[in-house]
Amino acid sequence: MSPLFWLLILPFIGGLAALLDGRSKTRSALWALAGLTGALLSAAKPVFMVLVSGNNIAAALPWSMVAGPLELVLDPLSAFFLLPVVVLGPLFALYGGAYMRHYRQEGHWHGIHWFFYNLLAVGMILVLLTRNGLSFMVAWEVMSLAPFFLVLFHDREKTARHAAWIYLVAGHLGGILLLLFFLLLGTSGHSLDFVTFQPQLLSPGLRHLLFALAFIGFGVKAGILPVHVWLPEAHPAAPSHVSAYMSGVMIKMGIYGILRSIQLLGGPVFAWGMVLVLAGVSSGVLGVLFALAQHDLKRLLAYHSVENIGIILLGLGVGMIGISLGRPVVAVFGLAGGLLHVLNHSIFKGMLFLGAGSIQQQCTSLEIDELGGLKKRMPITALCFLIGSAAICGLPPLNGFISEFLIYFGAFQGQTVASAAAAWPLLLTLAGLALIGGLAAACFVKACGIIFLGSPRSTPAAKAGETGPAMYLPMLVLAAACCGIGLAAPYFFDLVRYPLAVLLPASLSPSPPFVGAVGRLTIISLVGGGVIILSLGTALIRFFLLRQRTVCRQPTWGCGYLYPDAARMQYTASSFARSITLFFDTILHSRVEGAVPGEFFPARIGLHSSTPDPLTRFCFTPLFSGIAKFLGLLRWMQHGRVQLYILYIVATLFLLLTALAGGWL
Amino acid sequence: MSLVTVLLTLSLAPLMPGVINRSKAVFAGRRGAPLLQPYFDLGRLLQKGVVYSDVSSGMVQLVPVVNVALFLCCILLVPLGSLPALVHFQGDFVLLAYLMGLGRFVTMLGALDTGSSFEGMGASREAFFAALAEPAFFLAMAGLAKMTGALSLTGMLQQITVEHWLHAAPSLLLILVALFLVFLAENARIPVDDPTTHLELTMIHEVMILDHSGPDLAMIEYAAALKIWLMAAIITSVLVPSGSSPLWLPFFLLLMVILGVLVGLVESSMARLRLIRVPQLLIGAGVFAGLALFLEFAQ
Repeated sequence: MSPLFWLLILPFIGGLAALLDGRSKTRSALWALAGLTGALLSAAKPVFMVLVSGNNIAAALPWSMVAGPLELVLDPLSAFFLLPVVVLGPLFALYGGAYMRHYRQEGHWHGIHWFFYNLLAVGMILVLLTRNGLSFMVAWEVMSLAPFFLVLFHDREKTARHAAWIYLVAGHLGGILLLLFFLLLGTSGHSLDFVTFQPQLLSPGLRHLLFALAFIGFGVKAGILPVHVWLPEAHPAAPSHVSAYMSGVMIKMGIYGILRSIQLLGGPVFAWGMVLVLAGVSSGVLGVLFALAQHDLKRLLAYHSVENIGIILLGLGVGMIGISLGRPVVAVFGLAGGLLHVLNHSIFKGMLFLGAGSIQQQCTSLEIDELGGLKKRMPITALCFLIGSAAICGLPPLNGFISEFLIYFGAFQGQTVASAAAAWPLLLTLAGLALIGGLAAACFVKACGIIFLGSPRSTPAAKAGETGPAMYLPMLVLAAACCGIGLAAPYFFDLVRYPLAVLLPASLSPSPPFVGAVGRLTIISLVGGGVIILSLGTALIRFFLLRQRTVCRQPTWGCGYLYPDAARMQYTASSFARSITLFFDTILHSRVEGAVPGEFFPARIGLHSSTPDPLTRFCFTPLFSGIAKFLGLLRWMQHGRVQLYILYIVATLFLLLTALAGGWL
Repeated sequence: MSLVTVLLTLSLAPLMPGVINRSKAVFAGRRGAPLLQPYFDLGRLLQKGVVYSDVSSGMVQLVPVVNVALFLCCILLVPLGSLPALVHFQGDFVLLAYLMGLGRFVTMLGALDTGSSFEGMGASREAFFAALAEPAFFLAMAGLAKMTGALSLTGMLQQITVEHWLHAAPSLLLILVALFLVFLAENARIPVDDPTTHLELTMIHEVMILDHSGPDLAMIEYAAALKIWLMAAIITSVLVPSGSSPLWLPFFLLLMVILGVLVGLVESSMARLRLIRVPQLLIGAGVFAGLALFLEFAQ
């Protein structure tokens, strides 16, 4: 039996076993973990082979689908996106097993949770392997529906129900567009098999329409602005390992979908690249700005997913522009940067969400302004979170820098050779990436600094302790991966060689720019290693210098006010981000409730600020309440009398038959 | 020969703050501290002990170590006058900018490590202003690359010839102005930051390192001097004509001194901007660089 079959069936069996054995928290988690580990083991060889050789692996399953047997194909692009699905799935499940033991309330049937967790993995695997529009949509729906149940784990909380509802609506509105996309594309070859699509027969206008459908439809899943609104709701509500899996891996299926649909549409045109760049800049800049204004760690991380999807889109957009201009260097660097950032983001964002989960478990709160001083109390979590933060800001010598460097260079090289009309999206990419990088650094200094450094701002934070090894080991593995990819960049760069070739037209050879990229990445990794070695050397010198000196510890200077509470005098997350959020208030529309001291002897007062998503607030809420109001007019038809419902059915049938008989249909 | 860049930078970098302070004193009608004062300061600090905040948890100790290490690495990436950088490759300026970003990241975290609200203020401002300075720097680099066709810092800075000055003087000047504004912001000089005020409330960089002392402070000051030197070298290298004339070195050093005096002149002639005006200055720098690019594409 083909390994692709095991890849699909093992996590499903694991999930079923977890469901049947669901009374036991530990055993159901272990079943799920076993299933996912099985998937990892059966995927290891084919994924490795495909990424190293560039050849496809195919298997036909003897299951009868509507349109014939289920055919699975693992090509380099699928294999590249499969990598985080199968590697991070078991890692997060390991963490989740320990994390979920925390929830002891009655009525939590853990088996259901793990069943849907594995079902999410199965859905993603099938999305990546299938090559038929119908089975793709089935897999897509499985993948979209499973997280609904995962987000709904805390179903007694109103926020979780609301979040799951928004997720469901967003996912399905996206799904409708995708259905249209495949149906319209299917008309070109009179079949839903991907190989039969003939995009060259379509008119340019229809191709643009199809691209728009795919871009928005997949964009909802990826979390592209302005259809990102489900992310900041769903991620905070879900258990942390689920947030990690969704944010690190599932939203990348949207990116996969966009790439695959561009390939199905016969390669990109310049305008599509421009659309990707514009969407990337707006998602990136606004995503990080919204993140800066948040006080809840998981909401903040969710907005950073929007930002990083923006960076990925920038890379892919630069690549698409390079392809349409016939510039191999621009195309290869842009696409490679975008693809590598997919992998990198899944690593550090997954780790950051796990870190958030550990903090939540230890401090019972994710409100950044109630935490503080956790580095002393949770040293391993703090170290991992710090490394992840530096990586997500794109700082060398970590992995985020590698992918951002590739995107920068693609855009940079492109703007020197392109005409003015083609260069402006590339210049926008340069300036946008730089601004995103700077603001992301501000946001993560805020998150890390306020949460892990300083003094604790609440009693739970002061009493926190390190988590168990099942929770910090996965984080350590991911932190090591962040450093490893940064310090051995040329080797990991090899992973994107063939996925990238899938997207390039035959006329562009990826080899010469590829060799140049490897050379540059080698130097970057060496310099990164140099920074580490020099740091160690400097630390040694410093150590010897201070050996005979007096080194003492004193309280931080508090302007003479050490009493009543130095911890409460610290800078908070809100005050740290205040200057930035104030500057961008025309975009953010932060709400401040409370009073400022006005009298001579101020009494106890409170101040609360919040920044709900402006797009939800000013765009989607009015839109959907308008629709609801309009549809409310039809409510008289829904009265609950079954006889009349049957009458509706009969009347509809009669009309349809009449229409058919009359030859109108 | 390339080792010369390293030795020159290592030995002469602390001279830059000395030149700036001396010229400020002269403009104010004072005699001022000796030019070598920064060296004396470093020597004195290296002999002292250290005091740490009892709140801090190791991040404070990381600041001097990482900053020195990565500016030592940055020396390898920056060309001096006619000398190419020891390590140069296409796109190296991205690495340079992000290495400096790493230094800033660690410094800001170190500032928050003491739990002092002053240092939090400094870190918050630094984060904001740096984020706005970054696009200006990259657009300026894009302008230089478009002009010269080179993609490495060494290539861009050394391939600017008299021809470029004759044909594209406005763009070059705009790029220089943008780079100078970024230089002022990154190195915490007036009009963005005032390193000499007695009030922590109004400072940015100095307040972030308020709780550092002894050898740690010496290392941070030395790293800051290296940063001034390297960023000044980028600006002056635009002006040093390429070629192997032996006169380049005195000319280059003269330009560095002139730049230092210019900074002193700016500091003597104007006050620090209000903090809410600084973003406008930095966005202005980005606009200058963008305008330079516009002119180049219009040609």
